[in-house]
Amino acid sequence: MKNFEYRTATGPADGLEEGAVFLAGGTNLVDLMKLGVATPDVLVDVNRLPLHSVDELADGGVRIGAAVRNSDLAADRRIRTAYPVLSQALLAGASGQLRNMATTGGNLLQRTRCRYFMDATMPCNKHRPGSGCPARDGDHRNLAVLGGSPACIATHPSDMAVALAALDAVIQVDGPAGARSIPVTELYRLPEDAPERDTTLAHGELITSVDLPALPVAARSAYRKARDRASYAFAIGSVAAALRVEDGLVSDVRLAFGAVAPKPWRAVTAEDALRGRPATPENFRAAATAELEAARPLRDNAYKIPLIRNLTVAILTSLRGDVR
Amino acid sequence: MVSRAVGAPIARLEGPAKVSGAARYAADYPQDHLAYGWIVPSPVPRGRLDAVLTDPAAADVLAVLWHGNAPQLQSSDDPELAVLQSDRIAYRGQPLALVVATTLEAARRAAQLIRLDITAEEHDVELRADHPDHYRPEKVNPDVPADTGEGDVEAALVAAPVAVDVTYTVPALHNNPMEPHATIARWDGDELVLYDSNQHPSGIAEAVGAVFGLTAERVHVITEHVGGGFGSKGTARPNAVLAALAAWVTERPVQVVLPRQAMFSVVGHRAPTVQRLRIGAEADGTLTAIDHQTWTQTSRLFEFVESAAVVTRDMYPVPNLRTAHRVVPLDVPTPRWMRAPGEAPGMVALECALDELATELGADPLDLRLRAADPGLAACLRAGAERFGWSGRDHRPRQRREGDWWIGTGVAGATYPATAMPSTARVRALADDNFEVAIGAADLGTGARTVLAQIAADELGVPVEAIRIRIGDSTLPAASVAGGSSGSASWGWAVTGACRLLKSEHRDEAVFDTTDLVERQNRKDRHARGAHFAEVRVDAVTGEVRVSRLFGMYDAGRILNPRTARGQFLGGMIMGMGMALHEESVLDPAAGTWVNHDLAEYHVPTHADVEWIDAAWLDRPDDDLNPIGARGIGEIGIVGSPAAILNAVWHATGTRIRDLPARPDKLLE
Repeated sequence: MKNFEYRTATGPADGLEEGAVFLAGGTNLVDLMKLGVATPDVLVDVNRLPLHSVDELADGGVRIGAAVRNSDLAADRRIRTAYPVLSQALLAGASGQLRNMATTGGNLLQRTRCRYFMDATMPCNKHRPGSGCPARDGDHRNLAVLGGSPACIATHPSDMAVALAALDAVIQVDGPAGARSIPVTELYRLPEDAPERDTTLAHGELITSVDLPALPVAARSAYRKARDRASYAFAIGSVAAALRVEDGLVSDVRLAFGAVAPKPWRAVTAEDALRGRPATPENFRAAATAELEAARPLRDNAYKIPLIRNLTVAILTSLRGDVR
Repeated sequence: MVSRAVGAPIARLEGPAKVSGAARYAADYPQDHLAYGWIVPSPVPRGRLDAVLTDPAAADVLAVLWHGNAPQLQSSDDPELAVLQSDRIAYRGQPLALVVATTLEAARRAAQLIRLDITAEEHDVELRADHPDHYRPEKVNPDVPADTGEGDVEAALVAAPVAVDVTYTVPALHNNPMEPHATIARWDGDELVLYDSNQHPSGIAEAVGAVFGLTAERVHVITEHVGGGFGSKGTARPNAVLAALAAWVTERPVQVVLPRQAMFSVVGHRAPTVQRLRIGAEADGTLTAIDHQTWTQTSRLFEFVESAAVVTRDMYPVPNLRTAHRVVPLDVPTPRWMRAPGEAPGMVALECALDELATELGADPLDLRLRAADPGLAACLRAGAERFGWSGRDHRPRQRREGDWWIGTGVAGATYPATAMPSTARVRALADDNFEVAIGAADLGTGARTVLAQIAADELGVPVEAIRIRIGDSTLPAASVAGGSSGSASWGWAVTGACRLLKSEHRDEAVFDTTDLVERQNRKDRHARGAHFAEVRVDAVTGEVRVSRLFGMYDAGRILNPRTARGQFLGGMIMGMGMALHEESVLDPAAGTWVNHDLAEYHVPTHADVEWIDAAWLDRPDDDLNPIGARGIGEIGIVGSPAAILNAVWHATGTRIRDLPARPDKLLE
């Protein structure tokens, strides 16, 4: 582990010099430092900034401070009732111990668990640009079928971010160039030929909060995650969904897929295919299939396509419930 | 009048020390001027190390040892202990250098910055049954013939009205004890002191002594508490030699604790196996022929052959039986013992193939086994089926669905050899009416310390509280390895002998060596038997498998302590669940190594995976086997339980998983 300087942030937009990074819960960054994958010179600890509360917004939405712990957010009464998909996604993630440390802002910025990225001795375009991507011919069973590039097929590991993508969450950031808002779906960038950059954040920009819009459809929402064991495992596929059915027709729907792309995958094509159509399992299946047309699986990860399709049908069918 | 301690559910004597943090593990012993060693692993699976270039400015670094500057070691029968002696690279992850520094952080950083000048060579790491380099080894683990044959298997298979011919593959698996392999080494003059996490203190003293040209008496190995081993700590591992070497060079005590990633290459694993099973039967289910062939791999350093077909020699009597092992040397780490080496993967193939035969016959898989089983196995199958609720089962697959869940049940038999190994114990009467029992055994967390106290208490006619147990130290009377499900029988035998001697001769001290007795006894062919029953649910949406019930019924002789025994049985069964559903060391052929080398990516079952589990046993002390009447319980739980789960997965879904583990993607529809 490389020696580093540690200091405490005094303001949201503390100027960060080259080689400095923010430290929140540390559940991912510290691991990467131990492994030699992340080698920052300075850690700027943001845990003492006043970003620990969950507040109601004037428009009926909710503002989640970036330092709110995952376990606290999952337990928040407003989140559980108005945005159950988010609470469920948080509780599906990691382990109790990790959720007690992990923060909202840090969760969004955690890095891929691609096994090549996590090993500093392996080539990886993400941790060593230009060194190649051994995953394409190697172990990619849990890597991307959507949005990947020849340079990188990493998947984004967060469960929470998938729920936030479905909820149209907006990320508030503050930085050297001032404050700005970014829809969560635009926070992440696809790898293309520069996979070393995960997000559209500029150096020194700090996530200060995540804003959830007032979203009536979210009251009927759910998150379903498939994984290789019952707990403490990253998703092999997940779906966040919200659904409103009126007179048997889909009047509103939100869908996002996890563990299939370098970012939480908002399923716009599927949503468009469903809006105004009968809320039937056949239509749910057709919509998922339409979204997954874009999938480009490799040797060992084609199973994600039927998995996501099955999950989508199952979760929407359960959300439909008895509504006719 | 003292009630018997043996058979009582006494809690582990060291439990309070462990849960309070007072118990000391290998790396917990404070030392003056302690230095820290960090391994620099090979980044290539095959080649030559030409030079090691270090940053001369690195502060706090005391030494960077590699073959170009390391003191020369004596050769021993374990080439893995010849650390830093050669420029040859035998596998990715092999220690090529050791950085020694005054702080752990400095050692770790210097190791990251080091430059290895390597000439890489083409490597070959992929096991195939048709690999041109495969050969028949002389012996397979533990020390038995590679091939056996009786009758005419080919003719019997041709003549059999019903037969199956199936191939099962089990991936490489890793032991992953909670406490990593760890050593603190210190030289007191020409004598070596090792605080080391292992399963055999006296064996470690001998092996490490040998490479330093010391007799075992001049190596003091302290192994007070061990956080698991599952076979990987049965012999000295490179960490012990590296620590001792570094301590010699730096003239300071040196600690080497392997990071989890290094444990995937440096300390052993269960080798992958490809197993072909052919079974022939009469129409009534009478078995007429079994052919069990297995292919596995070893390293180029050392031949270790996972003896997967051996279990078939002991399980079902059959007139025509052939078992065979072939092994391929590859550029991979050396495989070693992992809980029930041979038996665990072998029983997957045998008991799943038998299930496939039952399907072909249209028979109840339980009845098919009962027809072939010996009395011990049959008793377990019957009692287990009763407790589990087997009767009334619809044997056709894919018949029971509740919501999104397909539900199925499965059964598999189990067997493990009951052995004892020579050991010596010493008992002393203390001034305060207490007794000290001393034996150089290791307690891996199984409760060995507690059970030995129970045995001694009964032999001496005193309460358990009057017994002081001293174990985990190579200067105590030599004990056999804590392995092969033989610890309690071996050490308990020596303790029993010493206690009886003390009493019969009215002495204050008695020492008892079982070598002669054990050598006579081992000619007997005895086994523990068991039967596993599983109920699983398979999610029709995702292919996820959940084990809703797992039950083991065992015939393992006298159960010395039901509480610690239950822990051993359940632990073995849960490890079997991992083998069936989760565990897999994933090979990257290009990199030449396992890429999921940590506990986030190498999946063992979590608490949430264990929904309902129980173990029970037939109360049948085996008093003519050894004075303890025990057959050993450490490994039988992982033998058979994976097959029971896989058979239940088939019963639930109609899908036969023949390449382990049964991951969701293989069951997705």
